[in-house]
Amino acid sequence: MSKIGVVTFPGSLDDGDAARAARISGAEVVRLWHADPDLHGVDAVVLPGGFSYGDYLRCGAIARFAPVMETIADAARGGMPVMGICNGFQILCEAHLLPGALTRNQHLHFRNRDQWLRMENSSTAWTNHFTEGQEILVPVKNGEGCYVADRRTLDELEANGQIVARYVRGNPNGSTRDIAAIRNEAGNVLGIMPHPEHAVEALTGPSLDGLGFFSSVLKHLADAKAAA
Amino acid sequence: MARVVVDVMLKPEILDPQGQAVANALPRLGVNDVASVRIGRRVEIDFAGDADLERAREIADKLLANPVIEDYEIRVVEAA
Repeated sequence: MSKIGVVTFPGSLDDGDAARAARISGAEVVRLWHADPDLHGVDAVVLPGGFSYGDYLRCGAIARFAPVMETIADAARGGMPVMGICNGFQILCEAHLLPGALTRNQHLHFRNRDQWLRMENSSTAWTNHFTEGQEILVPVKNGEGCYVADRRTLDELEANGQIVARYVRGNPNGSTRDIAAIRNEAGNVLGIMPHPEHAVEALTGPSLDGLGFFSSVLKHLADAKAAA
Repeated sequence: MARVVVDVMLKPEILDPQGQAVANALPRLGVNDVASVRIGRRVEIDFAGDADLERAREIADKLLANPVIEDYEIRVVEAA
């Protein structure tokens, strides 16, 4: 069984839900601790949402220097699948594992609602379960979710197919080019502002669409093991 | 003790909604001749010994500013 690690930083909120989503999808979940650089043999890592280190200075700026992040950054560069959700996306940008940055929502209001996304790229470790153009419904909840990057970076992201999901039927935070999720060039690192881990059960979520991210990475890991 | 001040500002091309909100509030104070407001962050670093500009620059580069969206200026000031 593939092992998905879920990191808890001081101030993480959604680590419990991320672990639950991974478990429902059929993964063995390993809880990772910010101060422990050991990844305990996990095959993939989720950086959950929340307010790591109080979001002091900038969101994700201090979490980037957590002992566990140095190990994760090395593993990510080596191809390990890593998904950063919300605050986790901010941490990945601060750690330069993804280009660009997340800034204050343009209207300055915290937005918390169910949000439609259009999946734009299914060639990542975390999105192979989706078809391109598929629309999914997951919760979004952020105060600093406005993705920005310089024009050259944005054009490169577009040209390389690194924009993985865009907001449709309304952009909740003013994000540039409606960007909701991006991937690195290799496709193993995904940053997503909305919350797939909150859309995995009919009782609590607006859909079960979030499961696709977790089943994607499990398929990716199984395929990699079969090929090895 | 020696103090180094780092001023961190969003790059000019990055939208500053906080500054805009302040600018939009100014007419309520009867102020109508302000074209724009931008908000940054001032960081004061007190060294135990002499001011170390190089070390302060390293701190600013790695932690205080995100070069993707922010610029910074750095200077030594006389601590009060």
